[in-house]
Amino acid sequence: MEKQSLDECLYQIDRNDNVCVALADLPAGVIRVNGTARLQQLDVKAELTKGHKVANQFIAETQAIIKYGVVVAIATTDIEAGEWVHLHNCKSAYDERSASLDLHSGAPTDISYS
Amino acid sequence: MNTNIEWQGYARKNGRKGIRNKILVMYTVECASFVAKEVGIHFRNTNIDVDVVGFTGCTDNQYALNMLLALIRHPNVGAVLVIGLGCEYLQADKLAAIAKEEEKPAQSLLIQNSGGTITSIAEAKEMVTILHEQLRNKTVRVTMSVDELVIGAECGGSDYTSGLAGNVVVGSVFDYIVEQGGTAIFEEIVEAIGLKDMLVSRGKTKQVGEQLLTTYNKMLDYCKSVRQYSVSPGNFAGGLTTIEEKSMGAFVKSGSKPIAGVLKVAQSAPEQGLWLLDSVPDPTYMSFGYTNPNDSEGLMDLVCSGAHVLLFVTGRGTVVGSAVSPVIKVTGNRHTYRRMSDDIDFCASDMLTGEATLAELTSALFQMIISTCQGEQTKAELLHHKEYYIPYKYQSAGTNCEG
Repeated sequence: MEKQSLDECLYQIDRNDNVCVALADLPAGVIRVNGTARLQQLDVKAELTKGHKVANQFIAETQAIIKYGVVVAIATTDIEAGEWVHLHNCKSAYDERSASLDLHSGAPTDISYS
Repeated sequence: MNTNIEWQGYARKNGRKGIRNKILVMYTVECASFVAKEVGIHFRNTNIDVDVVGFTGCTDNQYALNMLLALIRHPNVGAVLVIGLGCEYLQADKLAAIAKEEEKPAQSLLIQNSGGTITSIAEAKEMVTILHEQLRNKTVRVTMSVDELVIGAECGGSDYTSGLAGNVVVGSVFDYIVEQGGTAIFEEIVEAIGLKDMLVSRGKTKQVGEQLLTTYNKMLDYCKSVRQYSVSPGNFAGGLTTIEEKSMGAFVKSGSKPIAGVLKVAQSAPEQGLWLLDSVPDPTYMSFGYTNPNDSEGLMDLVCSGAHVLLFVTGRGTVVGSAVSPVIKVTGNRHTYRRMSDDIDFCASDMLTGEATLAELTSALFQMIISTCQGEQTKAELLHHKEYYIPYKYQSAGTNCEG
Protein backbone atom coordinates (compact mmCIF):
# COMPACT_ATOMS: atom_id res chain seq x y z
CA MET A 1 0.00 0.00 0.00
CA GLU A 2 2.93 2.31 0.72
CA LYS A 3 4.04 2.04 -2.92
CA GLN A 4 0.54 2.83 -4.13
CA SER A 5 0.46 6.13 -2.28
CA LEU A 6 3.91 7.15 -3.54
CA ASP A 7 2.58 7.82 -7.02
CA GLU A 8 -0.30 9.98 -5.82
CA CYS A 9 1.56 13.06 -6.97
CA LEU A 10 2.46 15.18 -9.98
CA TYR A 11 5.69 14.85 -11.96
CA GLN A 12 7.53 17.62 -13.81
CA ILE A 13 10.19 16.31 -16.19
CA ASP A 14 11.95 19.54 -17.21
CA ARG A 15 12.60 22.61 -15.09
CA ASN A 16 11.22 24.96 -17.76
CA ASP A 17 7.92 23.12 -18.21
CA ASN A 18 4.67 24.98 -17.58
CA VAL A 19 2.77 21.71 -17.10
CA CYS A 20 3.06 18.73 -14.72
CA VAL A 21 1.69 15.20 -15.19
CA ALA A 22 -0.56 13.33 -12.74
CA LEU A 23 1.02 9.95 -11.86
CA ALA A 24 -2.31 8.71 -10.44
CA ASP A 25 -5.96 9.79 -10.42
CA LEU A 26 -5.82 12.82 -8.14
CA PRO A 27 -8.39 14.81 -6.16
CA ALA A 28 -8.60 18.61 -6.26
CA GLY A 29 -6.41 20.36 -3.72
CA VAL A 30 -2.75 20.81 -2.88
CA ILE A 31 -0.63 18.05 -4.49
CA ARG A 32 3.09 17.23 -4.16
CA VAL A 33 5.26 17.65 -7.30
CA ASN A 34 8.13 15.17 -8.02
CA GLY A 35 10.89 15.48 -10.61
CA THR A 36 12.67 18.71 -11.48
CA ALA A 37 10.01 21.17 -10.43
CA ARG A 38 10.47 24.74 -9.25
CA LEU A 39 7.37 24.44 -7.08
CA GLN A 40 7.25 21.51 -4.67
CA GLN A 41 3.45 21.56 -4.62
CA LEU A 42 0.58 22.80 -6.72
CA ASP A 43 -3.05 23.69 -5.97
CA VAL A 44 -5.01 21.58 -8.46
CA LYS A 45 -8.43 23.10 -9.24
CA ALA A 46 -10.41 19.96 -10.11
CA GLU A 47 -9.80 16.23 -9.99
CA LEU A 48 -7.29 14.96 -12.54
CA THR A 49 -7.06 11.64 -14.40
CA LYS A 50 -3.65 9.91 -14.31
CA GLY A 51 -1.43 10.79 -17.23
CA HIS A 52 -3.13 14.14 -17.77
CA LYS A 53 -1.45 17.51 -17.53
CA VAL A 54 -2.06 20.47 -15.27
CA ALA A 55 -0.73 24.03 -15.72
CA ASN A 56 1.79 25.01 -13.05
CA GLN A 57 1.44 28.71 -13.94
CA PHE A 58 -0.87 31.03 -15.88
CA ILE A 59 -0.60 30.37 -19.64
CA ALA A 60 -2.12 33.03 -21.92
CA GLU A 61 -4.01 32.24 -25.14
CA THR A 62 -1.55 31.61 -28.07
CA GLN A 63 1.30 30.89 -25.66
CA ALA A 64 3.23 27.61 -25.88
CA ILE A 65 2.56 24.61 -23.68
CA ILE A 66 6.04 23.43 -22.62
CA LYS A 67 6.77 19.83 -21.61
CA TYR A 68 10.18 18.07 -21.77
CA GLY A 69 11.47 21.65 -22.21
CA VAL A 70 9.98 21.86 -25.73
CA VAL A 71 6.78 23.22 -27.27
CA VAL A 72 4.19 20.44 -27.37
CA ALA A 73 1.04 22.53 -28.03
CA ILE A 74 -0.38 26.05 -28.32
CA ALA A 75 -2.95 27.41 -25.84
CA THR A 76 -6.28 28.20 -27.52
CA THR A 77 -7.57 30.10 -24.48
CA ASP A 78 -6.17 31.51 -21.25
CA ILE A 79 -5.27 28.70 -18.82
CA GLU A 80 -5.06 29.31 -15.05
CA ALA A 81 -2.44 27.70 -12.80
CA GLY A 82 -3.87 24.43 -11.47
CA GLU A 83 -6.15 23.93 -14.48
CA TRP A 84 -6.33 20.73 -16.56
CA VAL A 85 -4.51 21.15 -19.92
CA HIS A 86 -5.88 19.09 -22.81
CA LEU A 87 -7.76 19.25 -26.13
CA HIS A 88 -10.28 21.82 -24.80
CA ASN A 89 -7.71 24.56 -24.19
CA CYS A 90 -4.74 23.83 -26.47
CA LYS A 91 -3.97 22.35 -29.90
CA SER A 92 -1.28 20.77 -32.05
CA ALA A 93 0.61 22.92 -34.55
CA TYR A 94 0.55 19.97 -36.97
CA ASP A 95 -2.36 17.58 -36.54
CA GLU A 96 -5.62 19.45 -37.15
CA ARG A 97 -7.82 16.41 -36.68
CA SER A 98 -6.92 15.91 -33.02
CA ALA A 99 -8.71 19.14 -32.01
CA SER A 100 -12.03 17.51 -32.96
CA LEU A 101 -11.59 14.35 -30.86
CA ASP A 102 -13.84 13.71 -27.87
CA LEU A 103 -12.27 15.44 -24.87
CA HIS A 104 -12.58 12.49 -22.50
CA SER A 105 -12.46 9.32 -24.63
CA GLY A 106 -10.22 10.61 -27.45
CA ALA A 107 -12.66 9.00 -29.92
CA PRO A 108 -13.06 10.65 -33.34
CA THR A 109 -16.22 12.76 -33.89
CA ASP A 110 -15.68 13.60 -37.58
CA ILE A 111 -16.39 10.21 -39.16
CA SER A 112 -19.71 8.50 -39.86
CA TYR A 113 -20.56 5.07 -38.42
CA SER A 114 -24.08 5.01 -39.94
CA MET B 1 29.51 0.51 -13.56
CA ASN B 2 32.03 -2.15 -14.53
CA THR B 3 33.36 -1.07 -17.90
CA ASN B 4 35.45 -4.16 -18.73
CA ILE B 5 32.58 -6.52 -19.37
CA GLU B 6 33.15 -9.41 -21.76
CA TRP B 7 31.20 -12.49 -22.72
CA GLN B 8 31.50 -15.38 -25.18
CA GLY B 9 29.94 -14.60 -28.55
CA TYR B 10 29.69 -16.57 -31.80
CA ALA B 11 32.23 -15.72 -34.53
CA ARG B 12 30.90 -15.10 -38.06
CA LYS B 13 32.78 -14.96 -41.35
CA ASN B 14 31.95 -11.29 -41.96
CA GLY B 15 33.74 -10.33 -38.73
CA ARG B 16 30.63 -9.67 -36.71
CA LYS B 17 29.84 -11.65 -33.58
CA GLY B 18 26.50 -13.03 -32.44
CA ILE B 19 24.96 -13.49 -28.98
CA ARG B 20 22.78 -16.39 -30.13
CA ASN B 21 23.46 -19.29 -32.51
CA LYS B 22 20.09 -19.81 -34.12
CA ILE B 23 18.89 -21.92 -36.99
CA LEU B 24 16.66 -19.64 -39.05
CA VAL B 25 13.81 -21.33 -40.91
CA MET B 26 12.68 -18.91 -43.63
CA TYR B 27 9.64 -19.25 -45.88
CA THR B 28 9.38 -17.40 -49.17
CA VAL B 29 5.59 -17.13 -49.60
CA GLU B 30 2.48 -17.50 -47.42
CA CYS B 31 1.77 -20.87 -49.07
CA ALA B 32 4.97 -22.26 -47.49
CA SER B 33 4.37 -20.75 -44.05
CA PHE B 34 2.47 -23.68 -42.53
CA VAL B 35 5.28 -26.15 -43.17
CA ALA B 36 7.87 -23.69 -41.81
CA LYS B 37 5.86 -22.94 -38.67
CA GLU B 38 5.27 -26.65 -37.98
CA VAL B 39 9.03 -27.20 -38.10
CA GLY B 40 9.55 -24.31 -35.68
CA ILE B 41 6.98 -25.67 -33.22
CA HIS B 42 8.56 -29.15 -33.38
CA PHE B 43 11.88 -27.83 -32.06
CA ARG B 44 10.35 -25.80 -29.21
CA ASN B 45 11.68 -26.85 -25.82
CA THR B 46 14.56 -28.78 -27.41
CA ASN B 47 18.24 -27.88 -27.28
CA ILE B 48 18.02 -26.68 -30.89
CA ASP B 49 17.33 -22.93 -31.13
CA VAL B 50 15.05 -22.50 -34.16
CA ASP B 51 13.35 -19.23 -35.20
CA VAL B 52 10.89 -18.90 -38.08
CA VAL B 53 10.55 -15.84 -40.34
CA GLY B 54 9.07 -15.35 -43.77
CA PHE B 55 7.55 -13.17 -46.43
CA THR B 56 3.91 -13.65 -47.34
CA GLY B 57 3.71 -12.20 -50.85
CA CYS B 58 4.03 -14.24 -54.03
CA THR B 59 5.40 -11.29 -56.01
CA ASP B 60 8.74 -10.26 -54.62
CA ASN B 61 9.83 -6.77 -53.55
CA GLN B 62 13.38 -5.45 -53.20
CA TYR B 63 12.73 -3.91 -49.78
CA ALA B 64 11.42 -7.20 -48.36
CA LEU B 65 14.20 -9.22 -50.02
CA ASN B 66 16.80 -6.88 -48.50
CA MET B 67 15.31 -7.63 -45.09
CA LEU B 68 15.50 -11.40 -45.68
CA LEU B 69 19.14 -11.06 -46.77
CA ALA B 70 19.92 -8.99 -43.67
CA LEU B 71 18.36 -11.70 -41.48
CA ILE B 72 20.42 -14.43 -43.18
CA ARG B 73 23.57 -12.35 -42.58
CA HIS B 74 22.58 -11.42 -39.01
CA PRO B 75 25.25 -12.44 -36.48
CA ASN B 76 22.70 -14.15 -34.18
CA VAL B 77 21.93 -16.59 -37.03
CA GLY B 78 24.23 -19.60 -37.37
CA ALA B 79 22.43 -21.67 -40.02
CA VAL B 80 19.55 -21.25 -42.46
CA LEU B 81 16.83 -23.46 -43.92
CA VAL B 82 14.73 -21.86 -46.68
CA ILE B 83 11.33 -23.37 -47.47
CA GLY B 84 9.45 -22.40 -50.63
CA LEU B 85 6.33 -23.69 -52.30
CA GLY B 86 8.00 -23.71 -55.72
CA CYS B 87 6.15 -21.26 -57.98
CA GLU B 88 6.67 -17.91 -56.17
CA TYR B 89 9.07 -15.14 -57.21
CA LEU B 90 11.48 -15.43 -54.26
CA GLN B 91 14.07 -18.14 -54.96
CA ALA B 92 14.77 -20.42 -52.00
CA ASP B 93 18.02 -21.82 -53.43
CA LYS B 94 19.44 -18.33 -54.01
CA LEU B 95 18.71 -17.37 -50.40
CA ALA B 96 20.42 -20.56 -49.18
CA ALA B 97 23.40 -19.74 -51.41
CA ILE B 98 23.76 -16.33 -49.71
CA ALA B 99 23.92 -18.10 -46.34
CA LYS B 100 26.63 -20.43 -47.67
CA GLU B 101 28.64 -17.43 -48.88
CA GLU B 102 28.56 -16.29 -45.26
CA GLU B 103 29.89 -19.78 -44.36
CA LYS B 104 26.66 -20.58 -42.57
CA PRO B 105 25.35 -24.15 -43.00
CA ALA B 106 22.28 -23.88 -45.22
CA GLN B 107 19.64 -25.95 -47.00
CA SER B 108 16.57 -25.24 -49.07
CA LEU B 109 13.54 -27.24 -50.08
CA LEU B 110 10.50 -26.69 -52.28
CA ILE B 111 7.26 -28.21 -51.08
CA GLN B 112 6.10 -29.02 -54.62
CA ASN B 113 9.27 -31.08 -55.19
CA SER B 114 9.26 -32.72 -51.77
CA GLY B 115 5.79 -34.16 -52.19
CA GLY B 116 3.51 -32.06 -50.01
CA THR B 117 2.98 -31.15 -46.39
CA ILE B 118 3.85 -34.37 -44.55
CA THR B 119 6.99 -35.25 -46.48
CA SER B 120 8.18 -31.61 -46.51
CA ILE B 121 7.83 -31.28 -42.73
CA ALA B 122 9.69 -34.57 -42.23
CA GLU B 123 12.45 -33.56 -44.65
CA ALA B 124 12.75 -30.09 -43.09
CA LYS B 125 13.04 -31.54 -39.57
CA GLU B 126 15.82 -33.80 -40.73
CA MET B 127 17.58 -30.86 -42.39
CA VAL B 128 17.36 -28.84 -39.16
CA THR B 129 18.91 -31.73 -37.24
CA ILE B 130 21.78 -31.93 -39.74
CA LEU B 131 22.26 -28.13 -39.66
CA HIS B 132 22.38 -28.29 -35.88
CA GLU B 133 25.07 -30.98 -36.01
CA GLN B 134 27.10 -28.86 -38.45
CA LEU B 135 26.70 -25.80 -36.22
CA ARG B 136 27.84 -27.75 -33.17
CA ASN B 137 30.97 -28.87 -34.96
CA LYS B 138 31.99 -25.64 -36.64
CA THR B 139 30.86 -22.66 -34.56
CA VAL B 140 33.75 -20.78 -32.98
CA ARG B 141 33.20 -18.99 -29.67
CA VAL B 142 35.01 -15.69 -29.23
CA THR B 143 35.24 -13.00 -26.61
CA MET B 144 32.78 -10.18 -27.24
CA SER B 145 32.46 -6.80 -25.55
CA VAL B 146 30.23 -3.73 -25.48
CA ASP B 147 32.08 -2.01 -28.34
CA GLU B 148 30.92 -4.86 -30.63
CA LEU B 149 27.34 -4.71 -29.40
CA VAL B 150 24.50 -3.25 -31.46
CA ILE B 151 21.37 -2.36 -29.53
CA GLY B 152 18.01 -1.16 -30.86
CA ALA B 153 15.07 0.50 -29.16
CA GLU B 154 11.49 1.32 -29.91
CA CYS B 155 8.27 1.85 -28.01
CA GLY B 156 4.70 0.64 -28.36
CA GLY B 157 1.53 0.73 -26.32
CA SER B 158 2.83 3.98 -24.85
CA ASP B 159 1.24 5.82 -21.95
CA TYR B 160 2.09 8.83 -19.81
CA THR B 161 4.94 6.95 -18.13
CA SER B 162 6.79 6.12 -21.38
CA GLY B 163 8.13 9.63 -21.93
CA LEU B 164 8.67 10.29 -18.21
CA ALA B 165 10.45 7.06 -17.22
CA GLY B 166 10.68 4.09 -19.66
CA ASN B 167 12.16 5.96 -22.60
CA VAL B 168 14.24 8.14 -20.28
CA VAL B 169 16.04 5.09 -18.85
CA VAL B 170 16.52 3.63 -22.35
CA GLY B 171 17.98 6.97 -23.53
CA SER B 172 20.37 6.92 -20.61
CA VAL B 173 21.43 3.32 -21.42
CA PHE B 174 21.94 4.39 -25.05
CA ASP B 175 24.25 7.18 -23.86
CA TYR B 176 26.22 4.72 -21.74
CA ILE B 177 26.58 2.14 -24.53
CA VAL B 178 27.71 4.81 -27.01
CA GLU B 179 30.24 6.08 -24.43
CA GLN B 180 31.59 2.52 -24.18
CA GLY B 181 32.14 2.45 -27.96
CA GLY B 182 29.01 0.45 -28.75
CA THR B 183 26.30 1.07 -31.35
CA ALA B 184 22.73 2.15 -30.61
CA ILE B 185 19.91 2.49 -33.15
CA PHE B 186 16.55 4.20 -32.69
CA GLU B 187 13.75 4.64 -35.18
CA GLU B 188 10.16 5.87 -35.24
CA ILE B 189 11.05 9.07 -37.08
CA VAL B 190 7.28 9.41 -37.65
CA GLU B 191 7.19 10.23 -33.97
CA ALA B 192 9.52 13.21 -34.37
CA ILE B 193 6.86 15.60 -35.66
CA GLY B 194 7.46 19.05 -34.21
CA LEU B 195 11.07 18.25 -33.26
CA LYS B 196 12.79 19.32 -36.49
CA ASP B 197 15.26 21.80 -35.00
CA MET B 198 16.16 19.53 -32.12
CA LEU B 199 16.67 16.55 -34.46
CA VAL B 200 18.82 18.48 -36.93
CA SER B 201 20.96 19.96 -34.12
CA ARG B 202 21.79 16.43 -32.93
CA GLY B 203 23.71 15.61 -36.14
CA LYS B 204 27.36 14.78 -35.50
CA THR B 205 28.41 16.86 -38.50
CA LYS B 206 26.72 19.47 -40.70
CA GLN B 207 26.24 16.80 -43.38
CA VAL B 208 24.48 14.49 -40.94
CA GLY B 209 22.29 17.45 -39.92
CA GLU B 210 21.29 17.80 -43.58
CA GLN B 211 20.55 14.05 -43.79
CA LEU B 212 18.39 14.36 -40.69
CA LEU B 213 16.54 17.33 -42.19
CA THR B 214 15.91 15.40 -45.44
CA THR B 215 14.64 12.43 -43.42
CA TYR B 216 12.40 14.70 -41.32
CA ASN B 217 10.92 16.46 -44.35
CA LYS B 218 10.28 13.16 -46.14
CA MET B 219 8.49 11.87 -43.05
CA LEU B 220 6.35 15.01 -42.73
CA ASP B 221 5.35 14.89 -46.43
CA TYR B 222 4.50 11.23 -46.01
CA CYS B 223 2.36 11.79 -42.89
CA LYS B 224 0.55 14.68 -44.58
CA SER B 225 -0.07 12.73 -47.79
CA VAL B 226 -1.55 9.71 -46.03
CA ARG B 227 -3.17 11.98 -43.38
CA GLN B 228 -1.92 9.68 -40.68
CA TYR B 229 -0.03 10.69 -37.59
CA SER B 230 1.28 8.12 -35.19
CA VAL B 231 -1.12 9.02 -32.42
CA SER B 232 -4.35 7.25 -31.51
CA PRO B 233 -7.57 7.77 -29.50
CA GLY B 234 -6.07 5.73 -26.64
CA ASN B 235 -3.12 8.14 -26.47
CA PHE B 236 -5.45 11.14 -26.13
CA ALA B 237 -7.64 9.43 -23.52
CA GLY B 238 -4.42 8.67 -21.63
CA GLY B 239 -3.56 12.37 -21.35
CA LEU B 240 -1.45 13.08 -24.45
CA THR B 241 -2.85 16.16 -26.18
CA THR B 242 -0.80 16.45 -29.38
CA ILE B 243 1.49 14.49 -31.70
CA GLU B 244 4.30 16.88 -30.66
CA GLU B 245 3.89 15.78 -27.04
CA LYS B 246 3.95 12.11 -28.02
CA SER B 247 6.95 12.79 -30.29
CA MET B 248 9.08 14.17 -27.51
CA GLY B 249 8.12 11.32 -25.19
CA ALA B 250 9.33 8.87 -27.84
CA PHE B 251 12.40 10.86 -28.87
CA VAL B 252 13.93 10.85 -25.38
CA LYS B 253 14.83 7.18 -25.88
CA SER B 254 17.55 8.32 -28.30
CA GLY B 255 19.47 9.72 -25.32
CA SER B 256 21.66 12.78 -25.74
CA LYS B 257 24.62 11.73 -27.91
CA PRO B 258 25.27 13.17 -31.39
CA ILE B 259 23.62 11.18 -34.20
CA ALA B 260 26.26 9.58 -36.44
CA GLY B 261 23.96 9.19 -39.46
CA VAL B 262 20.75 7.83 -40.97
CA LEU B 263 20.32 4.15 -41.89
CA LYS B 264 17.77 2.84 -44.32
CA VAL B 265 16.03 -0.47 -43.66
CA ALA B 266 18.34 -3.52 -43.91
CA GLN B 267 21.48 -1.37 -43.67
CA SER B 268 23.93 -1.98 -40.83
CA ALA B 269 25.70 0.88 -39.12
CA PRO B 270 29.05 1.43 -40.90
CA GLU B 271 30.66 2.50 -37.64
CA GLN B 272 29.91 2.67 -33.93
CA GLY B 273 27.78 5.38 -32.36
CA LEU B 274 24.15 6.46 -32.30
CA TRP B 275 22.14 5.99 -35.52
CA LEU B 276 18.67 6.89 -36.69
CA LEU B 277 16.91 4.16 -38.67
CA ASP B 278 14.58 5.59 -41.33
CA SER B 279 11.79 3.14 -42.13
CA VAL B 280 9.52 5.68 -43.84
CA PRO B 281 8.79 4.79 -47.48
CA ASP B 282 10.49 6.90 -50.12
CA PRO B 283 8.13 8.69 -52.51
CA THR B 284 6.73 6.35 -55.16
CA TYR B 285 3.54 5.97 -57.18
CA MET B 286 2.31 3.39 -54.64
CA SER B 287 2.93 5.47 -51.53
CA PHE B 288 -0.63 5.47 -50.21
CA GLY B 289 -1.16 2.30 -48.25
CA TYR B 290 2.49 1.90 -47.34
CA THR B 291 2.40 2.52 -43.62
CA ASN B 292 4.28 1.42 -40.55
CA PRO B 293 1.81 -1.31 -39.73
CA ASN B 294 2.70 -2.56 -36.24
CA ASP B 295 5.36 -2.83 -33.54
CA SER B 296 6.75 -6.12 -34.85
CA GLU B 297 7.68 -4.42 -38.11
CA GLY B 298 9.64 -1.81 -36.18
CA LEU B 299 11.45 -4.45 -34.15
CA MET B 300 12.27 -6.39 -37.33
CA ASP B 301 13.69 -3.21 -38.92
CA LEU B 302 16.08 -2.88 -35.99
CA VAL B 303 17.05 -6.57 -36.24
CA CYS B 304 17.74 -6.08 -39.96
CA SER B 305 20.20 -3.29 -39.07
CA GLY B 306 22.14 -5.83 -37.05
CA ALA B 307 20.77 -5.18 -33.55
CA HIS B 308 21.76 -8.03 -31.22
CA VAL B 309 19.31 -7.05 -28.47
CA LEU B 310 16.16 -4.93 -28.58
CA LEU B 311 14.73 -2.69 -25.86
CA PHE B 312 10.97 -2.33 -26.20
CA VAL B 313 9.37 0.33 -24.01
CA THR B 314 5.68 0.05 -23.18
CA GLY B 315 3.32 1.83 -20.83
CA ARG B 316 -0.03 0.14 -21.35
CA GLY B 317 1.70 -3.23 -21.76
CA THR B 318 2.71 -5.43 -24.66
CA VAL B 319 3.58 -9.10 -25.06
CA VAL B 320 5.54 -9.30 -28.31
CA GLY B 321 9.09 -10.51 -28.74
CA SER B 322 11.11 -10.93 -31.92
CA ALA B 323 12.68 -13.58 -34.08
CA VAL B 324 16.51 -13.49 -34.29
CA SER B 325 17.21 -10.97 -31.49
CA PRO B 326 16.08 -11.12 -27.84
CA VAL B 327 13.65 -8.40 -26.73
CA ILE B 328 13.88 -6.83 -23.26
CA LYS B 329 10.55 -5.21 -22.40
CA VAL B 330 10.69 -2.08 -20.24
CA THR B 331 7.82 -0.19 -18.63
CA GLY B 332 7.63 2.97 -16.57
CA ASN B 333 4.21 1.99 -15.22
CA ARG B 334 4.32 -0.10 -12.04
CA HIS B 335 0.68 -1.15 -12.35
CA THR B 336 1.33 -2.51 -15.85
CA TYR B 337 4.45 -4.28 -14.58
CA ARG B 338 2.55 -5.96 -11.76
CA ARG B 339 -0.30 -6.96 -14.05
CA MET B 340 1.96 -8.32 -16.81
CA SER B 341 5.07 -9.45 -14.95
CA ASP B 342 5.21 -12.71 -16.95
CA ASP B 343 5.87 -10.63 -20.04
CA ILE B 344 7.70 -7.49 -18.94
CA ASP B 345 11.37 -7.69 -17.94
CA PHE B 346 12.15 -4.32 -16.39
CA CYS B 347 10.25 -1.67 -14.43
CA ALA B 348 11.53 1.91 -14.42
CA SER B 349 8.75 3.51 -12.38
CA ASP B 350 10.82 4.01 -9.24
CA MET B 351 12.37 7.14 -10.72
CA LEU B 352 8.95 8.78 -10.84
CA THR B 353 8.25 8.22 -7.16
CA GLY B 354 11.80 9.06 -6.10
CA GLU B 355 12.54 5.50 -4.89
CA ALA B 356 15.44 5.08 -7.35
CA THR B 357 17.65 7.42 -9.33
CA LEU B 358 18.04 7.44 -13.09
CA ALA B 359 21.66 6.31 -12.63
CA GLU B 360 20.59 3.27 -10.58
CA LEU B 361 17.99 2.23 -13.12
CA THR B 362 20.41 2.79 -16.01
CA SER B 363 22.94 0.49 -14.35
CA ALA B 364 20.30 -2.18 -13.68
CA LEU B 365 19.01 -2.16 -17.27
CA PHE B 366 22.55 -2.25 -18.64
CA GLN B 367 23.27 -5.31 -16.45
CA MET B 368 20.14 -6.99 -17.83
CA ILE B 369 21.38 -6.37 -21.39
CA ILE B 370 24.75 -7.93 -20.52
CA SER B 371 23.08 -10.96 -18.90
CA THR B 372 21.04 -11.39 -22.09
CA CYS B 373 24.24 -11.27 -24.14
CA GLN B 374 25.68 -13.92 -21.81
CA GLY B 375 22.80 -16.22 -22.72
CA GLU B 376 20.13 -15.53 -20.15
CA GLN B 377 16.68 -15.77 -21.75
CA THR B 378 14.38 -12.75 -21.78
CA LYS B 379 10.73 -13.22 -20.83
CA ALA B 380 9.70 -13.11 -24.49
CA GLU B 381 12.23 -15.85 -25.28
CA LEU B 382 10.98 -18.01 -22.40
CA LEU B 383 7.42 -17.69 -23.74
CA HIS B 384 8.54 -18.40 -27.35
CA HIS B 385 7.37 -14.94 -28.46
CA LYS B 386 9.29 -14.63 -31.73
CA GLU B 387 7.17 -12.34 -33.87
CA TYR B 388 8.33 -10.95 -37.21
CA TYR B 389 6.80 -8.79 -39.91
CA ILE B 390 8.26 -8.26 -43.36
CA PRO B 391 6.14 -5.91 -45.48
CA TYR B 392 5.96 -4.79 -49.07
CA LYS B 393 7.43 -1.30 -49.04
CA TYR B 394 9.59 0.93 -51.18
CA GLN B 395 12.87 2.65 -50.43
CA SER B 396 15.30 3.75 -53.11
CA ALA B 397 18.38 1.61 -53.69
CA GLY B 398 20.92 4.22 -52.64
CA THR B 399 22.45 4.87 -49.26
CA ASN B 400 20.91 7.43 -46.97
CA CYS B 401 17.59 9.02 -47.85
CA GLU B 402 18.40 10.79 -51.09
CA GLY B 403 14.93 9.64 -52.20
